[in-house]
Amino acid sequence: MTPAARPVVSDGETCDTVAKCAGEVRHLYVHLPFCGHRCGYCDFVTAVGRRDEHGTYVDALVAELERERWRLCANVDTVFVGGGTPTFTEPDALRRVLDALPACGELTVEANPETVTPELAELLREGGVNRISLGAQSFRPELLQVLERVAGPGDVRRAFQTLRDAGFDNISLDLIYGIPGQSAADLDADLADALALEPEHLSCYELEAKPGTRFTHAHGDELARQAEAMEGYAERVVETLTGAGYRWYETANFCRSKRGRDLRAQHNLAIWRGADYLGIGVGAVSTLGAERRRNLPSVARYVAALEGGDAPPREVERLDAPTRAVERLMLGLRLDEPFAVETAGVEDVVDADALERLTVAGLVDRVGEGVRLTSRGRLLGGAVTAELLA
Amino acid sequence: MDQSRIRNFSIIAHIDHGKSTLADRVLQLTETVSEREMRDQLLDSMELERERGITIKAQAVRVQWKGHELNLIDTPGHVDFTYEVSRSLQACEGAVLVVDAAQGIEAQTLANAYLAIENDLEIVPVVNKIDLPSADPDGAAAEVSELLGGSADVVVRISAKTGTNVDQVLDAIVARIPAPVGVVDAPARALVFDSSYDQYRGVIAFVRVVDGRLAAGAGLHAMAMGTDFDAEELGFMAPQRVPVEALEAGEVGYVVTGLKDVSRLRVGDTLTTRRGGAAAALPGYKDVKPMVFAGLFPTDSDDYPELRDALEKLKLNDAALFYEPETSQALGFGFRCGFLGLLHMEIVRERLEREFDLDLLVTAPNVAYSVKQKNGGWVEVHNPADMPRDPEEVQEPYVRAQVIVPKDYVGAVMELCTERRGRFDHMEYLSETRVLLTYELPLGEIVYDFYDQLKSRTRGYASFDYDIAGFRDGELARVDVLVGGEQVDALSLIAHRDAAYERGKLLVERLREEIPRQMFDIPIQAAIGSRVIARETVKAKRKDVLAKCYGGDITRKRKLLEKQKKGKKRMKQVGGVEVPQEAFLAVLNLDGEKKRLQ
Repeated sequence: MTPAARPVVSDGETCDTVAKCAGEVRHLYVHLPFCGHRCGYCDFVTAVGRRDEHGTYVDALVAELERERWRLCANVDTVFVGGGTPTFTEPDALRRVLDALPACGELTVEANPETVTPELAELLREGGVNRISLGAQSFRPELLQVLERVAGPGDVRRAFQTLRDAGFDNISLDLIYGIPGQSAADLDADLADALALEPEHLSCYELEAKPGTRFTHAHGDELARQAEAMEGYAERVVETLTGAGYRWYETANFCRSKRGRDLRAQHNLAIWRGADYLGIGVGAVSTLGAERRRNLPSVARYVAALEGGDAPPREVERLDAPTRAVERLMLGLRLDEPFAVETAGVEDVVDADALERLTVAGLVDRVGEGVRLTSRGRLLGGAVTAELLA
Repeated sequence: MDQSRIRNFSIIAHIDHGKSTLADRVLQLTETVSEREMRDQLLDSMELERERGITIKAQAVRVQWKGHELNLIDTPGHVDFTYEVSRSLQACEGAVLVVDAAQGIEAQTLANAYLAIENDLEIVPVVNKIDLPSADPDGAAAEVSELLGGSADVVVRISAKTGTNVDQVLDAIVARIPAPVGVVDAPARALVFDSSYDQYRGVIAFVRVVDGRLAAGAGLHAMAMGTDFDAEELGFMAPQRVPVEALEAGEVGYVVTGLKDVSRLRVGDTLTTRRGGAAAALPGYKDVKPMVFAGLFPTDSDDYPELRDALEKLKLNDAALFYEPETSQALGFGFRCGFLGLLHMEIVRERLEREFDLDLLVTAPNVAYSVKQKNGGWVEVHNPADMPRDPEEVQEPYVRAQVIVPKDYVGAVMELCTERRGRFDHMEYLSETRVLLTYELPLGEIVYDFYDQLKSRTRGYASFDYDIAGFRDGELARVDVLVGGEQVDALSLIAHRDAAYERGKLLVERLREEIPRQMFDIPIQAAIGSRVIARETVKAKRKDVLAKCYGGDITRKRKLLEKQKKGKKRMKQVGGVEVPQEAFLAVLNLDGEKKRLQ
């Protein structure tokens, strides 16, 4: 694809930014917001139960992709289709999305267990999908209930098997820990159940109970009561998964080490390394040079704008050099690979004294030209990064 | 005005017994101010005073009543300002003693009544708030007459709030308080009982002319301070300034001095004329010395010059305020300030924060100590960090404290006073149910939470007052606090040897609660010399990282990180440990004192 059709410059965009990004962006995020049901803890941009809207939304999505396509290189490295529940999208509409995507190395789609059927798996395979991120969250029925998940443990296992049977050899499981009522034994059992499926990749998130949500209202007190006990859960997750041979390559992400294959999530890895990315769809975020923009979350306004030939409504944030440097540091230190402070242009925002202190304290390792957090340092990554900032 | 038609009086009362409300009614009833001008509690002119319902700076107002000139000299209502109260009383021939009909006599009632009696004042007892449903006017009147040794019949029963019987108070003032008896043609002598600072006109002195006459434009001389100035203007307050040509024996008024520094004219000094002046000053001048000290540090070290300027300005209006630069390893540059007492300290701090918009960190208060030096001389120490580790001899200030309490709580009060190293002096029954206990207590024992404890152990029934009794020998030890192995000078304290262990233990416990968990275990120790007497540990955090961070989250995560960074910046770094400002207040249990003011 060539940047031939120069688009209308939308609100806040400067030609400078536009020109700079032409044909260079190698990572694409696509947002499909639809869900069968909204889980209590979720804070993503989602839209529930509007099956009749899927087609019109996808029309708009494809239109936005066409508007922005000139930014992308011909063969992008990665595409990530997230949601919502992308696999809840009407099959025809989903197929049209996949067909519209540029050629790419890694194409990940998020899936919820209850939506996975042999037909869906086939559709994804045909659409070029080569990686699935499956939202398991837990294998305890009572904890799944607390999270208001639709799928039961059986659905998770069945979905995983269906995907394997369809030939997917790169499957990631999402787990959540720190669920109200979850004991350490529950966590161990969840990890064991997940490992038994032998996924290539695991993402383990601590539940974040955001203030003011329905979920926090219902479970906040219980979480506060358990806070001290749960403080050790992150450590437990790391120990168990690394003990099972997984590589703890990002704060919350683990992958198997297979000879000749890099099973890290390439899309997210690029973002953690500070690459630009284009996001399309409602609520999608792009970072393009010195500009970050976020499409507004309303599906109706998004569709209306694109139907009318306009750019979707969005907010734009300017990222000056120090801000970008802070972000690069924040993201880079989440990885297990050394972060090159000097070469990344981040040295201005790093406090050299703090770096020395943290090194002496055994929280940061110096590796050649770069720095890397130690295991303890990674568990305290927020505090360590805040300390490192000048 | 012929002296025989002048009456000079004060209103004295325990806090909240209605002194200011009565003053308001007097101004209304005598038509000194119109209804329209009337603001509640007009005399309390400072914003802070009005808000807190307490009187800080005395003022004097002249009113007319049935052919007489009445000068109402308002007094500060709190123990910290006892000296100012005594000067105000010295300017009077009589005092109206106000007692709450529901509460009866309280500690400050007593303290003020004794001061009035010492000054040979005629006391007009008044029982106020008779309109309250809980009022017991007869009981309160009986207590008052017992205290003053007169008949309960002469006690005027009023409601200052509704105005009931306030005219009887004025009649009683005229009938019972003696007229002044100054020598009109003697050399002038005027007592300065208060002063204030006007940014355009300089120091304004409030005076009672005892003998002779002060004329506008005359060259005047302050006898104790040796300050000379010209009387730029003379007059009286009604309640705004009303200039007159002269103030004569027996009269009360103000003198505009043009002086630019309030410390050059102290309360208690005697003014006379430079030419043909008096030979001897009026008795009783005393240089008031601060007894309670604390470090004041700007939260943001960039504000140091602003703090210095603000203290300079406050000092113009508050001669008792003392300050000198202090440098703390933990808190940086600030000032060690001396106050008359805890209320004074609170007032200064609030004025700095409110009027000068400063964000302050105030260290735990301590008293002045007198320390014997190797060469045999004595030196005063205002800061625990300056106390030698092993002093030969130390003296600390003592107070004479009076506690009034229902008899059921006598045991509890005695227990508390004994715990605080109090020495029992005497006990007397004010009525069948209420007891007055007098103790000598180290001032250092009441600057922490004494008042809080007193209130909680007596279910709020006790009232308390004290005055400084002098320095006594003390078995004192300096307790240092180490955070992360480093001594934090601003947390050092001085305690009696027997209490040092307990206090050190309590302090490290409080600090453990105040210091947030960090990336390492943080030991908190209390030590006397090199001996550790208490230890706590703030356990290291095990996890402090947000699990999820993808393309859509970056801005929010960055903002959280910046917030975390900002939070750290607000903390003081002590040996690599972040100590929140609140931790320095952990030792400063002023809550009890604050309650007293409300």
